[in-house]
Amino acid sequence: MQISEAWLRELVNPSISTETLVDQLTMAGLEVDSVTPAAAEFSLIVVGEVMTMTQHSNADKLRICQVSVGETELLQIVCGASNVRVGLKIPVALVGAVLPGNFKIKKSKLRGELSLGMLCSEKELGLAKDADGLMELSNDAPIGTDIREYLALNDSIIELDLTPNRADCLSVEGVAREIAVLNKMDWNSVAFAPAEISHDAVIDVKIEEQQACPRYLGRLIKNVNPNAETPLWMQERLRRSGLRSLGPLVDVTNYVLLELGQPLHAFDADKLSGSITVRTGKKGEKLALLNEQTITLDGTALVIADEKQALALAGVMGGENTSVTELTKNIFLECAFFTPVTIAGKARQFGLHTDSSHRFERGVDFTLQQRAIERATQLIVDITGGSVGAISEVTNTDSLPQRPAVTLRRQRIQRVLGISMADEDISQIFTGLGMQVESFDEGWHITPPGCRFDITIEADLLEEVGRIYGYNNLPNSSLLMRSELGKAEEAVLPLARIEDLLVDKGYQEVITYSFVDESIQKMIAPDVPFIRIQNPISSELSVMRTTLWCGLINAALHNTKRQQNRVRLFESGLRFIKRNDEMLQQRMISGLILGNALPEQWSEKSRKVDFFDLKGDLTAIFALNNDTVSYQNSTHPALHPGQSADILNAQGEKIGLMGMLHPTLEKQLDFDTPVFLFELDQALVFKKQVPTFAALSKFPSVRRDMALLVKEEVTSAEITKCIHDCNEKVIQDVLIFDIYRGEGVENGYKSVALSLMLQDFTQTLSDSEIDAIFSRVLTALKKIINAKLRD
Amino acid sequence: MSANLEEILSQGLQAIAEAKDLNQLDQARVSYLGKKGAFTLQMKQLGKLDPDQRRAVGQVINQAKSEFQKNLEATKTAMQQAALDARLASESVDVSLPGRGQSGAGLHPVTITLRRISKIFASVGFNIAEGPEIEDDYHNFEALNIPAHHPARAMHDTFYFDAHTVLRTHTSPVQIRAMEAEKPPLKVIAPGRVYRCDSDVTHTPMFHQVEGFLVDTDVSFADLKGVVYEFLRAFFEKDIQVRFRPSYFPFTEPSAEVDIECVMCNGKGCRVCGHTGWLEVMGCGMIHPEVFKSVGINSDEFTGFAFGMGVERLAMLRYGINDLRMFFENDLKFLEQFH
Repeated sequence: MQISEAWLRELVNPSISTETLVDQLTMAGLEVDSVTPAAAEFSLIVVGEVMTMTQHSNADKLRICQVSVGETELLQIVCGASNVRVGLKIPVALVGAVLPGNFKIKKSKLRGELSLGMLCSEKELGLAKDADGLMELSNDAPIGTDIREYLALNDSIIELDLTPNRADCLSVEGVAREIAVLNKMDWNSVAFAPAEISHDAVIDVKIEEQQACPRYLGRLIKNVNPNAETPLWMQERLRRSGLRSLGPLVDVTNYVLLELGQPLHAFDADKLSGSITVRTGKKGEKLALLNEQTITLDGTALVIADEKQALALAGVMGGENTSVTELTKNIFLECAFFTPVTIAGKARQFGLHTDSSHRFERGVDFTLQQRAIERATQLIVDITGGSVGAISEVTNTDSLPQRPAVTLRRQRIQRVLGISMADEDISQIFTGLGMQVESFDEGWHITPPGCRFDITIEADLLEEVGRIYGYNNLPNSSLLMRSELGKAEEAVLPLARIEDLLVDKGYQEVITYSFVDESIQKMIAPDVPFIRIQNPISSELSVMRTTLWCGLINAALHNTKRQQNRVRLFESGLRFIKRNDEMLQQRMISGLILGNALPEQWSEKSRKVDFFDLKGDLTAIFALNNDTVSYQNSTHPALHPGQSADILNAQGEKIGLMGMLHPTLEKQLDFDTPVFLFELDQALVFKKQVPTFAALSKFPSVRRDMALLVKEEVTSAEITKCIHDCNEKVIQDVLIFDIYRGEGVENGYKSVALSLMLQDFTQTLSDSEIDAIFSRVLTALKKIINAKLRD
Repeated sequence: MSANLEEILSQGLQAIAEAKDLNQLDQARVSYLGKKGAFTLQMKQLGKLDPDQRRAVGQVINQAKSEFQKNLEATKTAMQQAALDARLASESVDVSLPGRGQSGAGLHPVTITLRRISKIFASVGFNIAEGPEIEDDYHNFEALNIPAHHPARAMHDTFYFDAHTVLRTHTSPVQIRAMEAEKPPLKVIAPGRVYRCDSDVTHTPMFHQVEGFLVDTDVSFADLKGVVYEFLRAFFEKDIQVRFRPSYFPFTEPSAEVDIECVMCNGKGCRVCGHTGWLEVMGCGMIHPEVFKSVGINSDEFTGFAFGMGVERLAMLRYGINDLRMFFENDLKFLEQFH
């Protein structure tokens, strides 16, 4: 909301600067977004009158005017505006004047004719963005008066960004009340004399929805002058509040809305058919609104209707058919109270947001209607004349909001705010805020006014005390809290440890959006049911990721397109999978590598990353949680069928997978080098065994090597398993240290060199014992995996 | 000393001097001190002398032999040193060449910031909690005193899955979940991703928040102010000005916005702070009794405060980042600045 400081100061005028005033508002919770001058800088512009006017002999469009600016001599000024005419009062920039934008007015000649100044438009004064002619001043404007003074332009426009609870400050009066309390002074509410009733015609009002509209006031004003113009002072106040002048009838309703906070609506009474009803719109009923939009009602919105049709969307916007125009003679003025819950969301539902709906959905003072309709009547009659009819009022008191007293306990002020205050200060704060205060032993019973919809519990009153006292004046206490000893969980591996390990292994952390492009997700995880966002920001961000790979791949592409030939990334976060009616949210940690294994360097031969580079990094992770994992060929559709693996923990649960991006996808996604990916389930990876001590052997260990010839398809895991399954207690470890194919090894076979680490807990192993073990192991290997000892 | 012996010594010293390497030096040693060496032969001839001469001659021979030996040792040491020097010289490397192996990488600046925030609060016993990102309407709105059609809902541009399921618009639902799970006293912070259906120069549809709250028998607004103030000073590692402005959140009462003195211009006024000298960094307040009611905590017995802050905003201010969108482009040139 935007208001004029001068207008505000008319109601309350503390002796403080604009800067202090604005700071007070911000610090009281009415945040000031900006303060701008009501008019740009200009000087030496006065009210003038065109006394005579002749055509310029050398220019069709120019006229030579003799202009009075209050001096004895008239000024000759050449002017090209189309609306210039004798008798017109206009702003005149004198020689020496400076216009906005530092434009200086000099004595000049225009096509040979002397010009001693300039007649100005609103645009030239910086009062409007556009103008189609000179600014026309009222006939009674005193000639020679400085235009800044005449238009009271030495004013600031204060823009307030109000929180939704402070609807009471959506008016000049509301802000004045705050300023008064903050400065411990009184303020003047707008005073006026109600218009006299001069005819007895009325339009009957019926309310069908009393819960939604507990109060409706209407009155007929007849014979308004359709040619009347809104006075300049009102136009200026509207302009400074960000509203355009739209003729006196609409201007007055807008003015009262700004002044008091009460939305009003003027109908053209001659376009109404019979009585007025406040009812729910019928499903399918059409309503053409003032903004030229026609809406179709859904059977829930409240409307104002006559006997034929819906006329207005209640509390939101009037209708086109019954709107006032420059021909309107008789009006029906509406001033109602609609409950916030009725209006809330209604404007948005039809894509609308109006000053009226903004106020009604936050709460308009339900005691204000009588005063507001009288104020609007008085202003209309003052400007347009007309005869005033009696007010038709329908009020259902039971449906009006209740304002029960709220109790504030003295000890709560100390307990919640950390201060103690004198009783009279508390009393003064609440009285100033328009509340009724009644004290009792332990505190006060406080009744909020009709304009406050945000005071229902004690905490609300505490906020008022804190706010007016000043949050910054409240103490800062040091942190004196009960404290407990912290935890040092050992059976859970912290995410940070894995992140740090990956960083140390050269992986850069990235953070990508949790929603991804559906088409990429379908390429990467074609079989996984995903969750779709109803209102995505774009199609590229329309479905929830079922794997972090989508984001990693995007991030990698972003960088490979920027000449990065070595990319190592990881991300941790949720993946979202639809399972039946459930939405599974699982925390994952995923990584991607591509390009050179090491940064290009002088001391190492450059080599591309491969499966075992990635697996090595994962091995380092599993060394952290001390898990014995195993790898099994995976059939993930996005991975190379021969270079992908599911990762199982010691209990056989699948904790993740890894592998090379399928070469087809690599090409489709526009990579020019193989890409390797992993994804691990955090919940399973974080499980860690707290170590238990095992005794060490005092006897020496012995290493025995063997080279086995096995068929290609026999995996190293099968070989080691076969050896472990022999249950030779003295075998401490099996290490595969070479794989050989080629000369001396038959095609389809490989030679696997491995060593057995033997150690006994009770004795030094003798050669004959070692030979016996070796031979038993070999027998098992021969039998189970058909291995032969290579000579 | 006999002329002969003198001759032997002189020749021996000559041989040492002429030795070009340790090998030749050793040959010289063998020729003079070996079993058949010149000095050894001299000593063997002593037996032929009179016993009374034997001692005197023997002394002379030993003298010569000892001089030879001394010379030999000195030359040997010098040669060994020279050899070592030569080896070291040949082994020297260009120490300015880069080391071998991986290049460094780093955490995302948001993670770095989250970790710092968590560390500051963990140091006074706040526990870290997490919650789901796909959240139900109840936890995201209702339980936080934001009923349907509340104007505050318009302030949250919400992503919907269906009428009752949303992407959480703030980390505040974790407050509800934590209070549902445990009874006070509670000291919790909840970092995480949040989502708003908004995307332009200053908004990304996903960003991060840290929610924090404390519930105990006697928590006051003064405690909130103290904690927030100390946190901000710890975070910026600077004695910055902090101010509290009344504001509105449905889930706190009283509510406040917290401004810090602009860290870009030290409060003088600049583009970043809109020439006000102040930057809004977080919202906070005393937990609303309705919120306590929804989780079954008696608000006469317990009071509490809660606060929420935007992580990207804090990271931007801390590191001088001027474009929010860079956080999610994941350009390595950007990310590697935070190693």
